[in-house]
Amino acid sequence: MSPGPGTEDRPEWTADEMMTVAASRQLRDGTACFVGIGLPSTAANLARATHAPNLVLIYESGCLGAKPDRLPLSIGDGILADTAESVVSVPEVFNYWLQPGRIDVGFLGAAQLDRLGNLNTTVIGGSYEDPKVRLPGAGGAPEIAASCREVVVVVRQTPRTFVDTVDFVTSVGYGRGPGDRERLGLRGGGPRLVITDLGVLEPDPDSLELTLTRLHPGATVAQARAATGWPLAVSDDLVTSDPPTDVELTALRALTATLGARA
Amino acid sequence: MARIVSLADGIAELVSDGDVVALEGFTHLIPFAAGHEIIRQGRRDLTLVRMTPDVIYDQLIGMGCASHLVFSWGGNPGVGSLHRFRDAVQNSWPTRLELEEHSHAGMANRYVAGASGLPFAVLRGYTGTDLPRHTPNIKAISCPFTGELLTAVPALRPDVTVVHAQRADRAGNVQLWGITGVQKEAVLAAHRSLVTVEEVVDRLEPVPGQVILPSWVVTAVAEVPGGSHPSYAQGYSVRDNDFYVGWDEISRDRDTFRQWMERHVLEVGELE
Repeated sequence: MSPGPGTEDRPEWTADEMMTVAASRQLRDGTACFVGIGLPSTAANLARATHAPNLVLIYESGCLGAKPDRLPLSIGDGILADTAESVVSVPEVFNYWLQPGRIDVGFLGAAQLDRLGNLNTTVIGGSYEDPKVRLPGAGGAPEIAASCREVVVVVRQTPRTFVDTVDFVTSVGYGRGPGDRERLGLRGGGPRLVITDLGVLEPDPDSLELTLTRLHPGATVAQARAATGWPLAVSDDLVTSDPPTDVELTALRALTATLGARA
Repeated sequence: MARIVSLADGIAELVSDGDVVALEGFTHLIPFAAGHEIIRQGRRDLTLVRMTPDVIYDQLIGMGCASHLVFSWGGNPGVGSLHRFRDAVQNSWPTRLELEEHSHAGMANRYVAGASGLPFAVLRGYTGTDLPRHTPNIKAISCPFTGELLTAVPALRPDVTVVHAQRADRAGNVQLWGITGVQKEAVLAAHRSLVTVEEVVDRLEPVPGQVILPSWVVTAVAEVPGGSHPSYAQGYSVRDNDFYVGWDEISRDRDTFRQWMERHVLEVGELE
């Protein structure tokens, strides 16, 4: 993990903290966000604790408008039900809330991602029947990717993750390119941002290819290229992310401290 | 009318080798004790069905109870991978495990169709993914009114569904609340059902957000206090997060796993 600015052995923040802060900044107050566990959940709860107190968190366990005061370990942690505006069945979450396009932002992670934002959480290597690595599978991701107004992907940038071709399309980004989402009948807008520990990628307006538009402080284009399994396009208007503020870091560390039981 | 039975009798009567069995629970109210009883009774060749096979399915798979798994997300929630599930898929240990893989929306709708007495469900999903290529039970269908291309999935009708709930009365009416997942749909979709409960009471006090499964849709009820541990039963117990984290280490190695199962499941009788 590359440290944020500071001295060599005492970083002021970690790359993961920068990634989580960058993700939380993307969540606008008052919007509805479909939250997965892990980094997305941390980022969404950080947003609630800082600039977006009225962010509506929706967990696929059926908790709508959850307001946990500590990080949940899982999407079905009792604190989500205890603090939710409403707890509904799982069929209801998917059929009434997600499928019709009522959710503004879907937050997704992935084991593999390609240059058009297609995501794999199913198998890596070998064949589907006889894979090298069996991953958890789809869960809610295919429909989140299909139906949320926009998708934000949060994932660490490595050559193993950022691959030329995903081994399995679990969730569709831009498919094979412009026009593909429309042809497939996917109503949501697709991946608007990919936030990593090195920077931020956004789809090129014409080709939809993920392009590096932002570097986190301390990260370099060479580092980002080395961590990407395709020739990474870099925006002419490449900018540097604002470093985490004291307020953001304090809130984030207070939140992660609540997750004592996690490995 | 549901009969009140012991856990051992309920499993012996309702779960047979080769059955399609759903033990549902969405993080909350997972029927661990019932799963352990299935392992103790040595059931084989089961088709296990569940949206989120987690630690209890890792245990059933690792102990060789299952030949097929129908699912949408197999992991240790908030922790990582299921090592026994992975070992079965990647190395056929202890036996080969065939997969039928869906998304959550697909699985939820398969139960809804089963509970609704319909042959299939329609959803807007799966298009553009590789899932339909590997799962024959996902088909394209066009809307008869607009021609829009949608997806159909067949109804899921388990031979038996097992769920855990907070309580039942002596007539076998079951009350559950909190995160209710797909438990109601899974019970209504099944041919037979077993509900383990924290307690059997004389009278069910109404609770906000409760789901009632009336006695006449449930086959049997067994009183099993703590039957969802290490998951939780809202109002009765909290989730044992340390267990889920610890399972990662226990399940990583085949021998360690076997020893743990012998000590904590096989050598332990029914929780009573």
